[in-house]
Amino acid sequence: MTTFLKAGIAAVVLAAGAPVALAAGDGPEIKKSSWNFGGIFGHFDEAQLQRGFLVYKEVCASCHGLKRVNFRNLVQKGGPMFPEESVKELAASWPNKVFDGPNDNGDIADRKGNIIKRPAKLSDPILGPYDNDQQARAAQNGALPPDLSLIARSRNVEYKGTVAYHPLSMARDIATGYQEGGADYIKALMTGYADQPPAYARNKAGQLVEVADKDVKDEKAVERCASISRGDAGAPDVCNKLQDGQYYNKYFPGGQIAMPSPLASPVAYQPNSGATSSIEQNAQDVAAFLSWTADPTLSERKSLGLGVLLYMLVTCVLLYIAKKRTWRAAH
Amino acid sequence: MSGHESTYVAKSRFAKFMDDRLPIARMMHGQFVDFPTPRNLNYMWTFGGILMFCLVTQLVTGIVLAMHYVPSAKDAFDSVEAIRRDVNYGWLIRNIHAVGASMFFLAVYLHIFRGLYYGSYKAPREVLWILGVFIYLAMMATAFLGYTLVWGQMSFWGATVITNFFSAIPVVGTKVTEWLWGGYAVTGVTLNRFFALHYLLPFVITGLVVLHIWALHVAGQNNPTGLDVKSKMDTLPMTPYAVMKDIFALAVFVTLFVWFVFFVPDYLGHADNYNEANALVTPPHIVPEWYFLPFYAILRAVPSKLGGVLLMFAAVAILAFVSWLDTSRVRSTKYRPIYRWFFWLFTFTCLALGYLGSKPAEGWYVVWSQIFTAYYFLHFLVVMPVVGLIETPKKLPRSIAESVLGANYGGGAGAMAGATAAPEKR
Repeated sequence: MTTFLKAGIAAVVLAAGAPVALAAGDGPEIKKSSWNFGGIFGHFDEAQLQRGFLVYKEVCASCHGLKRVNFRNLVQKGGPMFPEESVKELAASWPNKVFDGPNDNGDIADRKGNIIKRPAKLSDPILGPYDNDQQARAAQNGALPPDLSLIARSRNVEYKGTVAYHPLSMARDIATGYQEGGADYIKALMTGYADQPPAYARNKAGQLVEVADKDVKDEKAVERCASISRGDAGAPDVCNKLQDGQYYNKYFPGGQIAMPSPLASPVAYQPNSGATSSIEQNAQDVAAFLSWTADPTLSERKSLGLGVLLYMLVTCVLLYIAKKRTWRAAH
Repeated sequence: MSGHESTYVAKSRFAKFMDDRLPIARMMHGQFVDFPTPRNLNYMWTFGGILMFCLVTQLVTGIVLAMHYVPSAKDAFDSVEAIRRDVNYGWLIRNIHAVGASMFFLAVYLHIFRGLYYGSYKAPREVLWILGVFIYLAMMATAFLGYTLVWGQMSFWGATVITNFFSAIPVVGTKVTEWLWGGYAVTGVTLNRFFALHYLLPFVITGLVVLHIWALHVAGQNNPTGLDVKSKMDTLPMTPYAVMKDIFALAVFVTLFVWFVFFVPDYLGHADNYNEANALVTPPHIVPEWYFLPFYAILRAVPSKLGGVLLMFAAVAILAFVSWLDTSRVRSTKYRPIYRWFFWLFTFTCLALGYLGSKPAEGWYVVWSQIFTAYYFLHFLVVMPVVGLIETPKKLPRSIAESVLGANYGGGAGAMAGATAAPEKR
């Protein structure tokens, strides 16, 4: 196993072309936000999903696809519920067209060598700008912008508290129905960029100690580290510097990410959109939208769940009474 | 099956016709209606019925999922997503099946620990207990195979780690592993055979469950006092008494099940499994589902790979021998003043190993894993035989009936007499 794992890890390192700081334990704790689709009464807010889609369209869509979401889903109940006509227009004008070959002659490209494509319809997926992963990597300096359909479900926040409190924290998350770790992570990631990594000064023991930016008098006296690898058994700590083409984000594992800050300036909202535009609000809305793309049946699930739960609770009470009555004769 | 005679009376002509040719109604009546059950069974005895419910739920939802699932490396992950998004109520069926696996294990662990606490493995229930261990093993295999089918990152890397266990076998290990894989790594070929086996094993479990219930109905149920049934006063007919209790407990269990299915379906899984399998990207932490974590901690507590694998398998296998490792004169831990403490220490050990299994194998986590692994085995190999020999059990009640009804139960309580007369009334 170990050789296989090592081979796997080596492959990752080669693919990424950078040292891997994958320890997911890195980084500060991510705060839980309040989501209107959280908890047992939660459901998606159409206006928020519409704003979130706008952020996706204006910002994310320039690199990322949503291949598991079809345009028709944008019309459906439980989602952003855009009017069907406007989604039809949106699909037709979506810049990333759908592969439409081979044609009647068996060609997959036209005479100029361009792949045959047609505008999207309601039944087509929301595609990103790249035809395949290789093309994406070639355009993105070797990095692959992941498809965002499931991003909110494939990410989570990590517990950072003490061991003793951990079981209680788990019990609380179960009892409150907390499952918005992915949305919390996305929002944190969107707002976790900084111009440069934090400064560290090395003490006599060789450990790196963080220095607040305002206390940095001489840039040469400190090291800027995207992450720290603590030295084992008295060895000095290692400062993982920001690599070329990487950006510092304190919430991304390893502290450096190939994606530049997507919300450097806020996406403007229409006056009737239900919220005022800000980077924070954009992040919140796009995280909500991506939570919907990852879990489009959430609203239906929770509302049906409430009914089933209520039914079961009443059933439990009735069965308890019936059980008591049955046993009354025996004991 | 058991010495108990069915009091079934065929009433209609059809019933009489059938009773002379295939007396299945007579057998079912004898085994599940007027079957004598100890009258002092507590709610820990309701998990047998709950587990039956879990098995049927997994079978039904699983068969429906199999109608929509595509077992190929290229399509497996997409087909699971299509079930969640495009199949009518596919999200519900899928959640029930995924959460159902966890609920199945939750129930089976409570069932096993109940057996351990009340000494349900002791004579004459050794075969019954060993069949239970086989069911547990088959469940573990089924759950592992099923988790692979999702073909997410954890599925793929979990399958890689688990199948690699076999490569620890000296000399033939690599050959065996390649034979399991159907190639030189976990691929779509592996996925396809795992799908076939995942569909097969639940029926093996069903067969084992039939034997398990058969063996149960020969020896009769154990009970919180651990005493044998001595008279009719000690038992009540299964229907309506035990059945009513089982149904209520099942409803409470289903309510918990519903909570997870509808409100926190992802809580028991790992987020990384929503990333499609990728042989080139190793997840930062490869962890199994929660129900395997204690064994994972034992595996990683040992520095040698072969040693870890052997110890992990031994951790399950040792359960099959408890009937002979336990030297106690009494069955129930309730009457064992010394062993009781060790029982709870053992329970804590299992939970601690579960926690450690979820942590990276580094630093103090490894040390604690080693300490708890040591106790896990000491409990079976030293505590069970030794404490049974040196301990003086507390005074046992004279009978099962006395334990619930008090010493004077014979003293003509009207309601009592009516209840015990119930079986004869039929």
